[in-house]
Amino acid sequence: MPLSEQEMGKSPMRMRDKLVLRVVSMAFIPFILLFALYVQFHGDYGPGGGFQAGVIFAAGVILHGLIFGLRSAERVIPPKVVEIMSALGLLLYVGTGLLCMALGGRFLEYGVLDHHDPVHGQHYGIILVEAGVGIAVASVMLCIYYAVAGRGRR
Amino acid sequence: MIEPLLFVLLLALAVAILKLKDLFAIAMLSGAFSLVSAGLFTLMDAVDVAFTEAAVGAGFTTVLFLGTLAVTANTERQQPFRLGPLLVVLVVGAVLIWAGLDAPFYGDPTAPVHAHLGAEFIGRTPSDIDMPNIVTAVLASYRGYDTMGETAVIFTAGVGVMLLLGGRKGRDLDEEDQD
Repeated sequence: MPLSEQEMGKSPMRMRDKLVLRVVSMAFIPFILLFALYVQFHGDYGPGGGFQAGVIFAAGVILHGLIFGLRSAERVIPPKVVEIMSALGLLLYVGTGLLCMALGGRFLEYGVLDHHDPVHGQHYGIILVEAGVGIAVASVMLCIYYAVAGRGRR
Repeated sequence: MIEPLLFVLLLALAVAILKLKDLFAIAMLSGAFSLVSAGLFTLMDAVDVAFTEAAVGAGFTTVLFLGTLAVTANTERQQPFRLGPLLVVLVVGAVLIWAGLDAPFYGDPTAPVHAHLGAEFIGRTPSDIDMPNIVTAVLASYRGYDTMGETAVIFTAGVGVMLLLGGRKGRDLDEEDQD
């Protein structure tokens, strides 16, 4: 990440060479990512949902990028993957709506997703669209981060 | 009890951001501003909003500021005093405060937002969707179109940034010279 060198007054020392930052972030990143998944899948019961989960997940990866360098973050989740996933997230949302139409309901009428109980259909639909939101938000955040953080490299 | 303290802290941070010229310090303080706001949202039981404010405002936006600072100047240029913008700010601020006086009090059960559709969503969610978190039920099901639109807006924002900043393609050229 270029800003580590430029912001720290042209010091040759990078963020990853700082023991405390490296150890603390290595300890935190798995829990940040796990918490993002919790917020994603527990959104039906507790606070949060796809958007919050997406930004928390992206924040975990960005923290990795800040400490270990943009290149390292791009190895974990390549920019190409991020670009494709941002579109896939939105397509998952729209696709859920179209699936409802294919099953004889209206657009985004989740009730038809389960033959027996429309309430269960609602649950399936909400899980699918929240997953779409989460994927899209996390990918777009990373996409913007990669684009902005990569600027200084030229 | 802690709310007034947080509000005073917000005000102090805002004044500090106005006064400082060092853009690195300003970026950091605006992150702190978002973090204090997130604390306030938590105290108001708006935990989802607090999540978003903490992750986007305190985390993501600060990182974007720092990334921008890496390619621009480190200090703000001294601006000459101008009367026009000051007047605009004062008038807009006065109008906002005046409008705020008409807003219902925090937690008022007779506020319009609780009286009409809100009550209906709370009444219908247990039988329609059967989900403990009514906010998710409203956002993803009753207001599914809105949320789809928001997702499309976020996607469009990502596409816009990629188009403006060149995205991946421009950077692949100097792939070898780093790390």
